[in-house]
Amino acid sequence: MSLWFWVLAACAAVYATKLLGYLVPQSWLKHPAVGRVSAMLTIGLLAALVAMNTFSAEQSVTIDARLGALLAAAVALLLRAPFILVVLVGAAAAAGIRALG
Amino acid sequence: MSTSPPVPLRRSPALRTGLSIAAAISLYGVSFGALSTAAGMTLWQTVALSALLFSGASQFAFIGILASGGTGAAALGAATLLSGRNTIYAVQMKALLNPRGFKRLAAAQVTIDESAAVAMSAPDPVEQRRGFWGAGIACYLFWNLATVLGALLGDVIAEPEALGLDGAVVAAFLGLLWPRLKSLDAWALAVLAALVTTVTMPLLAPGVPVLAAAVVAVVWGLASKGVRA
Repeated sequence: MSLWFWVLAACAAVYATKLLGYLVPQSWLKHPAVGRVSAMLTIGLLAALVAMNTFSAEQSVTIDARLGALLAAAVALLLRAPFILVVLVGAAAAAGIRALG
Repeated sequence: MSTSPPVPLRRSPALRTGLSIAAAISLYGVSFGALSTAAGMTLWQTVALSALLFSGASQFAFIGILASGGTGAAALGAATLLSGRNTIYAVQMKALLNPRGFKRLAAAQVTIDESAAVAMSAPDPVEQRRGFWGAGIACYLFWNLATVLGALLGDVIAEPEALGLDGAVVAAFLGLLWPRLKSLDAWALAVLAALVTTVTMPLLAPGVPVLAAAVVAVVWGLASKGVRA
């Protein structure tokens, strides 16, 4: 029963973190600096997600097959491949490197 | 901004992007289901985490801490901290989509890395809306189905890495970032944000480095007054 309490409390807490952002007053979002910061934030967040998913290990940083996937995906993007192909290239590169290594 | 009519929903690039990213993450849902039951959660507790909490990194942290003997309070704290970036996504999504009433409550539930990333990388308001809801709903359905499968099947596919699924996720986020890297300024910020994330990963709790990168981006945005990226 106690475990259920923590499960449901965590669900409520995480939902609150999501809802919180939608409760920011609309007037704050109209400030001119917000548009500029928002564009930079988008780039920063996406780049952070790329880095986190490429190098993360349990509480440390590692270089493994995912870096190969990143490079292969970059090549696919340079060649103007569509999104789904880029994703498949990333998967194939990581799986291929692991199969070989 | 283009005034041409939007493409039909069936051919929406943002919707397709959302569906492919949902497919890419779904095996992680199987993995979560398997690991959650292995960590001592019941089937229904596992289902509750995917249906109600619905934020991959927070879910893995929650069961990971319990599995390694941590307290329920520690698991709750880590899951909540990890979801801090969802708050930032939510502010961004409010600025882009401004959902109201019930839609706002539903939007909050599907505000995660994937839905926010697809919406942020879409070129116009129609595609942003389709990208957010398409990715959000598809991820929600796939993730929950996958969780049940994983919880019932056990460890059959507990390691999506063998299939290169982790590489697919890396490629997906790079694919979403790519169209934004059109200026030297954008490249410089992206590299800096990636560096900050990587350098702080061993120091901060999982997921928090993304918040550090967000702070850097905000400062960058405030400092580059008047300069368009």
